[in-house]
Amino acid sequence: MTTTPEPVVSLRSVTKRFGALTALADVDLDVRSGEILALLGENGAGKTTLTKIVYGMYQPDEGELRVGGVPVRFRSPADAIASGIGLVSQHFALVPSLTVAENVVLGREGGVLLDRSKIEGAVLATAERYGLDVAPRALVRAMSVGAQQRVEILKALHRDCRLLILDEPTAVLTPQDGERLFTTLDGLRERGLAVIIITHKLREVMRVSQRVVVLRHGRVVGERATAGASQAELARLMIGREQLPVERRARAARPAPGDASGMRRHNPTQPGAPEEHDDLTRPGAPLEPGTGEPARRQPTPLQRPLFQRPLFQRTPLVEARRLTLRDKRGVTLLDDVSFDLYPGELVGVAAVAGNGQSELVSVLTGMTQPSGGEVLLSGQRVSGLPPAQLARLGVGRVPEDRLAAVVGNLSVRENLTLEHIGAFTRAGHLDGRAMAAEADRLIAEYQVKAKPGDLVRTLSGGNIQKIVLARTLSRKPRFVVVAQPTRGLDVGATAYVHERLLEQRDRNAAVLMVSEDLDEVLRLSDRVLVMYGGRIVGDFAADEVDVGRVGLLMAGEGMVAHG
Amino acid sequence: MARPAPTARAPRLPWRWERGSAPWWLRLALPVIAILITFALASVLIAASGANPLDVFYELLIRPLTRRTSRLEVLVRATPLLLTGVAVAIAFRAGYYNIGAEGQLYAGALGAAFLGPRLGEWAPSAAVAAMLAGGLVAGAAWALLPAVLKVYAKVDEVVTTLLLNSVMLLLVGGLLNGPWRDPVSGWPRSPTIAAAAEFPQVIARSRVHLGFVVALVLVALFWWVLSRTRFGLELRAVGMGATAARFMGVSVRSTVLVAALLSGGVAGLAGVGEVAGIHHYLIEGISPDYGYTGIIVATFGGLHALGVAVAAGFLALVDVGSTSASRALGIPAYLGQVVQATLLLVTLAVLLLNRYRPARRSRREERA
Repeated sequence: MTTTPEPVVSLRSVTKRFGALTALADVDLDVRSGEILALLGENGAGKTTLTKIVYGMYQPDEGELRVGGVPVRFRSPADAIASGIGLVSQHFALVPSLTVAENVVLGREGGVLLDRSKIEGAVLATAERYGLDVAPRALVRAMSVGAQQRVEILKALHRDCRLLILDEPTAVLTPQDGERLFTTLDGLRERGLAVIIITHKLREVMRVSQRVVVLRHGRVVGERATAGASQAELARLMIGREQLPVERRARAARPAPGDASGMRRHNPTQPGAPEEHDDLTRPGAPLEPGTGEPARRQPTPLQRPLFQRPLFQRTPLVEARRLTLRDKRGVTLLDDVSFDLYPGELVGVAAVAGNGQSELVSVLTGMTQPSGGEVLLSGQRVSGLPPAQLARLGVGRVPEDRLAAVVGNLSVRENLTLEHIGAFTRAGHLDGRAMAAEADRLIAEYQVKAKPGDLVRTLSGGNIQKIVLARTLSRKPRFVVVAQPTRGLDVGATAYVHERLLEQRDRNAAVLMVSEDLDEVLRLSDRVLVMYGGRIVGDFAADEVDVGRVGLLMAGEGMVAHG
Repeated sequence: MARPAPTARAPRLPWRWERGSAPWWLRLALPVIAILITFALASVLIAASGANPLDVFYELLIRPLTRRTSRLEVLVRATPLLLTGVAVAIAFRAGYYNIGAEGQLYAGALGAAFLGPRLGEWAPSAAVAAMLAGGLVAGAAWALLPAVLKVYAKVDEVVTTLLLNSVMLLLVGGLLNGPWRDPVSGWPRSPTIAAAAEFPQVIARSRVHLGFVVALVLVALFWWVLSRTRFGLELRAVGMGATAARFMGVSVRSTVLVAALLSGGVAGLAGVGEVAGIHHYLIEGISPDYGYTGIIVATFGGLHALGVAVAAGFLALVDVGSTSASRALGIPAYLGQVVQATLLLVTLAVLLLNRYRPARRSRREERA
């Protein structure tokens, strides 16, 4: 042992790849006893991969992991636990019908018979040693989420862990429980434990950690002593740049709306391609076109103007008014969310996972009933309507989980037509020929690499997404709700999806896009909404986006009163 | 605790089951494989009871086909199995695990036994139609409660439908030993149905009755509805992915509800057939577990119409064969049931091959 304390666990040049994706690149990390290290990063920055390597769920492709200075190679979490590493994940591994003590010793106590009083005594001793307020005989079922989390921590401590890793521990907690957790962690640190806390909330980093390591795209991009770091600096490191002029080139290369020749060039071979982008101006579509049109008809060669919100005379196509959503336990998932969308506008929602954006999509797509508030489409209330009716009213829905939008065991043909099956039915009897024709048309138009009879579950993610897009967009929806449109897709498929989404905007539909990929949001959006904790905490026109501020807002800082 | 530094060593490559789609020839071969395994297992039992397995298999599978009487008897036996098989398949296809075909069959039989004696004044065609309608409604009615509980309160239908079978058997027993007891003979059997309400024979000098035709029509209808109608597509979508079906605008609740009621109704028809086509009154043992065997028929038939038809025929053959086998070779008559039950278990195991195939783990998967 040297004079400086030996790190409990260290990573040396650790690299981890998944196929073509490098999840972690050349990461060095030390964590010492008696310190709380915060691991900060956006979704997909590599935090979870790093955790899984330390916990023995993945093995590094390169580099090594050392415990107490000795290189180790974990083959499973059991090895990691044996080496004194504990993990508290967001999903608790507790048996609700057992007591705390039983849960803590589960899978660990040897022998056939359980001596209840003995294990309860042992568990209580551990709890007292670390200052954890847990009653060993309480039933887990009857405990609050915060208390259950303490049981998880106790479980790790009872196995003599020297490094405790907490994966986004406050995601499931109320603010009060969160504060209590931090007090607990302070206590553990004082007792000489090493703690890694994974988070993307800056306030938590500042509150609890001594040191913070920022990951971005699988690399360590910064390491700071928490005391000397500013939140703005950390946000910048996490997001990766201070100010980014919104990328417009992708759009600039595209033809203007109303440029029919351009559209034809874009879809050279498909006669059925959406040519009438002024589709929405048909009678029945209650819009007043014209007001915003002139600006959009004069694109500069290099830069398409952003959508300009009309100043007068125009009602929004979509109005969300004071949407709230609470789950069964009364936790608020959406808190007073209001926004407007105009035809021809693409609004991106930037948020870290778990801040209400999925729930917002769920409400807008008719899968969840809001607890309060309403959504209006051209002034007509649509919240609370079943999915079928939303589709009929012109709401196009591309959900986060593709597999929740298609039935894997049905054919491509059936999945392409089921949403509008009424159009393919004659007196209850399916018009097989019409279904086949529609499937052939959409497969060709959306370049799906599949035959109409293929089962959807045999397709790649990109092709499944094309099926969802084809089914939805071919109906020319007035309002498109799309969540994580390119998650898991390769570069080509991503570009394709982006093209199609911009096309919707250009034919004057209103598009709401939720994405965890901030670059995607910034590149495509006319306006960026930032959500945190179920609320809209920021609203920027795309040409005024201050990325640093977006980062702070996403991390729960720098909030100003909305509106 | 700490392990030595990583060293170069051969990666472990354990077997695992990989999800995939079975090629068409495998899907056709699976039932054959299931039958072969079943008979291999049954051979052990047969040998243990002192008989030659080959002799027994001859009695089970070939002998019944050599004589007209037993050939037609296979059709008689197949009639309720076709109906309960279709009934179970409808429900299973919607992802609703109706284990209550036995009770629903008895409900249909009860309906037929109630209507039958009251149709004396009716024209035969009208009376027969009324019997069918009554059985359909009665079976569906008995299926209603579990379906409603499932759809509106998420109560597990496997438990409720299964338990209601016992309730129905007790109800039938109570009726037959109480108000419906034959006043003359004192036997626990319902009053005989009117002649007009009896199902006509469809093959002369046999017990094959109208129910067999009805069953074949329903098998065809099952195929047509599932593959050619909007309701069928929605039913399949709900069964294979309720969330996605809901997302695409299918009403999951009403689809499951209708499927459950249709399932009960068709099972009820099986009961009508036994009352109106065979016994002409209701007795307690009118179904030797046709409802449960329907689960085997549906599963072994892959929940497909043609498969259900073949499976019903096969199981009816084993049924008829086991009676003659026990007589000819002195082995227990239970053997037929043992073979059927084994077939269900083997089929379920073999069906895994439909979705999974064994494969070597690759190194990348190993890490993930």
